Amino acid sequence: MTLTVGDVAPSVSLPDTDGSSWTIPDGDQTAATVVAFTCNHCPYAIAWHERILDAARDYAGRGVRVLLINSNDAHRFPRDSYQAMRERVARERWAVPYLWDETQEAARAFGAKTTPDLFVLDRDGVLRYRGAPDADHHDPSQRAAWLRQALDAVLAGGLPDPSETKPVGCSIKWKP
Amino acid sequence: MGDNVAVTASRLEVVPENPEVELLWWQGCPSTDEARRMLRAALDRSGLSAVVIRTVEVRTDEQARELRFRGSPTIRIDGTDVVELAGGDDPSAGEPAALTCRLYRRRDGRISPTPDPHDVRVAIELSAEARRLSEEVA
Repeated sequence: MTLTVGDVAPSVSLPDTDGSSWTIPDGDQTAATVVAFTCNHCPYAIAWHERILDAARDYAGRGVRVLLINSNDAHRFPRDSYQAMRERVARERWAVPYLWDETQEAARAFGAKTTPDLFVLDRDGVLRYRGAPDADHHDPSQRAAWLRQALDAVLAGGLPDPSETKPVGCSIKWKP
Repeated sequence: MGDNVAVTASRLEVVPENPEVELLWWQGCPSTDEARRMLRAALDRSGLSAVVIRTVEVRTDEQARELRFRGSPTIRIDGTDVVELAGGDDPSAGEPAALTCRLYRRRDGRISPTPDPHDVRVAIELSAEARRLSEEVA
């Protein structure tokens, strides 16, 4: 299944690295939700990681919730195991939850293809942006510009432009 | 005459005219084209435009293990990894062979899906220098 812009996002519930459960959507408690599929081992995900966290910090006061999800097969890629997720969050002191999609159902439901792959939902859980954080993983000065543009548009009640970009990164590591 | 031929043959065996340049890649990682462009530019800059880049697609976990493939892209010159040749920091060192995207660290500390272009150039230049020295010794 591939979610397309304008679709209502699927309902999923996943644990974070503390074992707390997070649900998408969460009713009307947040003005917008960013669902970012990511992982520990992919250079693209790592290159964009700080930019996504910076955006999360900058928009937290405006009712934006950012959820990072790891769906990779940890058996084949031990660096993406739940334990490795917990260690990374503790080491790097993340300000956002890192969710474990052990069954890969969330990745399938959203149609996530790569790490990273971003989905921006509005207050009603409708997908308003899907794709990469910005145009160049090499260039930190891009500051996740596409993500920020999408959030600005959604928070203003409008539609992002662009609403869709090509997700760039490592393929999701599906279980056999 | 016979000795001269032997020496010549020995030289050819030990020091081929051009380095063997390999680009190992996996289709699940989108960095192959960028790596190929970077490698081509580095070869051109070093006066090695005639060198053909041998591309090797790694398709299976078994093949990855056989080739000691720590991720895509991997660039080797005469069988040695460019990061090792250039003396760069290799965050993928010690990682098991796998079909994945390889982690590189640029000289400015950033994590990247491709090697630092400086490392690629240095590796090619060091390889060329070693080749010249070998020819002189021979």
